[in-house]
Order: sequence, then C-alpha cells, then structure tokens
Amino acid sequence: MSPLRRRLLFGIPLAVTVAAGEGFYIILRRMQENQYDPHALPSQLIGKRLPAFTLPGTNGMQGFANTDLLAPAKPMLVNWFASWCLPCLQEAQVLNQLAQTGLQIWGIAYEDTAPNLGNFLSTNGNPYTRLAADTSGLTAINWGVYGVPETYLIDKTGIVRWRYAGALTPDIVASTLDPMLQHYA
Amino acid sequence: MKKLLLVLALLPMLALAQTVTRDGITLTQAQETRAENIGDQLRCLVCQNESIEGSSAPLAKQLRVIIRQHVIAGDNDKDIVGFMVQRYGIFVLLKPPFMRLTYLLYASPFLGLAFGFLFYWLGRRISASPPAPLTPDDRARLDELLK
Repeated sequence: MSPLRRRLLFGIPLAVTVAAGEGFYIILRRMQENQYDPHALPSQLIGKRLPAFTLPGTNGMQGFANTDLLAPAKPMLVNWFASWCLPCLQEAQVLNQLAQTGLQIWGIAYEDTAPNLGNFLSTNGNPYTRLAADTSGLTAINWGVYGVPETYLIDKTGIVRWRYAGALTPDIVASTLDPMLQHYA
Repeated sequence: MKKLLLVLALLPMLALAQTVTRDGITLTQAQETRAENIGDQLRCLVCQNESIEGSSAPLAKQLRVIIRQHVIAGDNDKDIVGFMVQRYGIFVLLKPPFMRLTYLLYASPFLGLAFGFLFYWLGRRISASPPAPLTPDDRARLDELLK
C-alpha cells in the first residue's frame, strides 16, 4: 500500500469525525448561550406585510387591524401572548422595560378570556398601547404563529423585519432587538 | 305499502351512515380519507415530530379543522398543502421537497455509496505478482546451497 493511500485511508475518516464533532460542539455551545433554538422556525412573514385581519379590542383597550400597521411612526413590536402561558409571565418584565423606553408594543391575546387577561395585566403590568383579542386563534394561523409568546418587529413601512418565538430575554433584547430597532429607526 | 314507505323514509339514513365526524366537522368517508391523507403529510408545529393527523396539540386540531373545511369546499390537495406552506414554511412538510436547500440531503445516500467505493479502492491490497521462474543456473545454485 502506498504511503499516500495509507494516509488517506486513516486521514479522511479522522477529518470527517473531527468536522462533525466541531459542528456538534458549535451547535451545543450556541444552544447553551441561547443563540440557537433547534425548534425555532423561520417566519414566512419576514420581508412582507402582515396578512389581512381585524381583531376587536379587549379589557377596555383598542383593537387593531393590519391596516393600522402599514406605516408606524417608529419601528414597533406586536406581541402574541396569553394569560395561561408561563413563558409570557417571564417575558412580562422585559416587555414592561421596553415599553418604558418609548417603544410601541401592541398585544394580541391568543385564545384568552377578558377576566383572565385582566388578572394577568394587573399582576404583571401592561406594556401594550393597544390590545386585541384573537379568541378563535385563526388570525394566529394566518400569521404562522405556532405558540405563545411570539414577537414581531414591524418597520416604518409596515414590513415584518424580525420574529422571535419564545420569551424575550434581556440578552436577546441587547444582542438582537436593540440593533434591529436602531437599524430600522 | 307501509313497509315500502318505511324503507323509503330510512333510505337517507344509509347516506348518513357513511359520514364521519372528526373534530366537530362532518364529512363523507371519501372526504375524510382525503383529509387524513393530507394531514399525514404535514408536521405538527408544536410537537414537531408528529403529523397533524396524529397530534393531540390544540393547534394541530385547529389545522385538521381547516384542512377539512378546505376539503369540503372542494380545494385540491396541492392548494391545501400550499396554504400550510405559505404560513409555516417548508418545515411543515414531513417529506422535504427537492430544492436547493435539500440537494445535499437527497444526495447523501449516493455520497455515502461513493465514499464506500472510495474506501474500498483505497484499502484494496495489490497481490504481488509471483517471482519469475528460476533459470537453470539459479536452480543449479539453489541445489548446491540446499545440499
């Protein structure tokens, strides 16, 4: 056996194994740092306007339609949540802090009831400028929402620029949301 | 006459017997089979490794209802699957379509085979050709040495 063939015979499997190990290591490290979620789906709405919908307000707040989101004065968030959703509870403080910075956040309550929503908002604060109710969950399907919470960033031309599935954390706000808000300001 | 009337009155029940109700939607057996066939191809977004037909997640139930409503409305399979892909992306398809993103995936069995052949070729042993037969001189010398 020539030395080159011998080297290839041992070298190729070694290189493949090392590359695979490196790949798994990167994936696991990014998962640990919350930078990668293997279950997250890319939103089909990125780069597009929202599909047509009109949702009624709830708990004394004004509802909204897709036509209200065609040209916001500043980039803003639409946050899907529910009073029955535990990650939404963790996210509440982050949303409250964001609202205090002057960022507009419009909420859509997913398959929820007014009394439960009232309790949730009085306990955890209300960061929403407008609050609509998707009681049937059908608007959520048209958006491609597959769980709560989900947060959408709408730019000044009404185009969806970013979607985050899961509870927003201070890390994600600092690493992703803040730069995007500046970029589209 | 009475019996005939009774039979006639009961005839529509035959048709009713062939309808199925799933998730609150009533449809004929043929429509239900079609709907199940579509749902089997689609991934439940919540559980991610179950089909929409097989999942008990509330979202999967809503999607089953939507599929059945489209089936009753007479939409074809491609449009119904397209409805889901438009909202959730190709991830919703349990069988990934053949496209740029999936070329490597579909090529992987052939790549594996090619690697197999490569290693077979690299690892093959060349059997050394037998030495040339001895000349009469060599044989005489060998005989001398072996004495």
